[in-house]
Amino acid sequence: MAFLEIDHVTKYFPSSSGNGQVCIFKDATIKIDKGEFVTTIGHSGCGKSTLLNIIAGLETMSEGAILLNGREVSGPGLDRMVVFQNFSLMPWMTVFENIRLAVRAAYPDWDREKIAAHVHKYIELVGLKGAEDKRPTALSGGMKQRVGLARAFSIEPKVLLLDEPFAQIDALTRGVIQEELVQMWNSTRNTVFMVTHDVDEAILLSDRIMLMTNGPSARIAEIVDVTIPRPRSRDSIIEHPHYYKIRNHIIHFLVRHVSHGAVGGVAELEQPMDAVPLVVRF
Amino acid sequence: MAGMLQEQTKIRRDAWLISVTMLALFLVVWHLSTLRAAFDPKGFTEDQLQMMEFNGDILRMAEGGYAWNPEKEKVKGVPGPLAVLGKIRSELSEAFVKKGTNDHGIAYLVLYTVTRFGAGFLVASVVAIILGVLLGLNKVLFQAVNPFIQILKPISPLAWMPLLLYTVKDPKWTAVLVVFMAAIWPTLATTAFGVNSLRKDYLHVAAILQLSWFKRLFKVILPGAAPTIVNGLRISFGSALVAVVPAEMLLGELGVGYLSWIEWNNLDIAGVIFAILVVGVVGVVLDSGFNKLAGLVTYQE
Repeated sequence: MAFLEIDHVTKYFPSSSGNGQVCIFKDATIKIDKGEFVTTIGHSGCGKSTLLNIIAGLETMSEGAILLNGREVSGPGLDRMVVFQNFSLMPWMTVFENIRLAVRAAYPDWDREKIAAHVHKYIELVGLKGAEDKRPTALSGGMKQRVGLARAFSIEPKVLLLDEPFAQIDALTRGVIQEELVQMWNSTRNTVFMVTHDVDEAILLSDRIMLMTNGPSARIAEIVDVTIPRPRSRDSIIEHPHYYKIRNHIIHFLVRHVSHGAVGGVAELEQPMDAVPLVVRF
Repeated sequence: MAGMLQEQTKIRRDAWLISVTMLALFLVVWHLSTLRAAFDPKGFTEDQLQMMEFNGDILRMAEGGYAWNPEKEKVKGVPGPLAVLGKIRSELSEAFVKKGTNDHGIAYLVLYTVTRFGAGFLVASVVAIILGVLLGLNKVLFQAVNPFIQILKPISPLAWMPLLLYTVKDPKWTAVLVVFMAAIWPTLATTAFGVNSLRKDYLHVAAILQLSWFKRLFKVILPGAAPTIVNGLRISFGSALVAVVPAEMLLGELGVGYLSWIEWNNLDIAGVIFAILVVGVVGVVLDSGFNKLAGLVTYQE
């Protein structure tokens, strides 16, 4: 049995003209195993962040279901923690207080010292020792997201949801934090669902990559199996013979789906709407 | 860094110099324009002088000759800075003296006004923040109540006074209620706005962490909306401070606003100017206290 199951999830939004609805994506279905790292890539507007928010319980789905451990989940919960694109740290709290808020919520019966020790452990893990009493305003984007990651990992969620976590971080720092994320994830092996625009990031981190067509009525067109063995690092992964094959395949897919016009039409001829996603293995 | 600091110091020093110069210039001009030449009996007949003495305009000096009657001078034109300084000195020397039921020292008057203002402002703030949070969290309630707020908000708090006086039948509480009416609307409106426009991310985090209703309110909603709420409190603070002076005047409640009116009734213009200065000083002190408190709860995004 799959650990996290996204079962024919469909989302409609009310259309901007007022009457009627627009289908954002249709019949998103994937079974994710425990400890698996799955990433979704697609153009803006394909609804991938909406899908992530639905899994988190922050938005409702129109049809379908999310099953965690065989049980249907509705509404947000501590078992599915999000790392937000815009960090979503409380600006009136220090680094320590931001993480403590989460730890206290996750472990309500722990005493003060145990909570503090736990918070310090995760602050140290993301290399922010010494910045405990700083407020988010005093931190760079990279440091803010380190706090976001520490907050998410600290409550040891069953599923970690990463919503374009490095999109607002400069390219040099991004690589460093990606590597840190790999290391943290290696020791915890949470089940991860990530949304990104960054193809290299997806290949470095993922076991499987879901490719979504453009919205409206987007769907999961392909699922790419990334078989490059772990542990991976940014230096070594590009030496792997499959790396550029995967990269080119994904980029071709994205370029093919760049517009809604004739090219998209051709793509749909190749794959009818109700087709199951093509599984591509490298 | 050092250069910038130096420039800051220079700007501060220059501004301070200009301030002092402006004040000195103002005092000199004030002094000169209110100066009256000593009484010169030349050109008056003995009959006219006797009539003027009889009217009290001039006094016959012991050593002979005449001078302006200082009592009458008090109400002739605007008093000069020296006269006001004398008034300040005499009022401050009797700051803690109660001469009669209606003649308390200035320290007592300040205390009465600050208490009255503080009570009205505090109660109004608490009520406004509670109501504002409720309205900010509930869009339906907000839209239902908003028309009433819009109608009540622009009404001068003094317009309520006759009705309040008639209802509570006590000028002491009426004055507090006038301050209350002046202070409630800005805080109410901005609190509702601040809570309503709180970034959804913060609420999302609170939802994922399954924070209790109580924690959500005190750990996320109130601190998140605090900068906006403080802006509302600041506007309320100003309008309450403006309202307390005429409320005291009209209700005859002892306080610094009442002092100004009483001095006017005594035709003691120096006393009126003294009262105005006291209102200003009380305002500055309260305002800086408020800013200190506000700095504790605001944050930068």
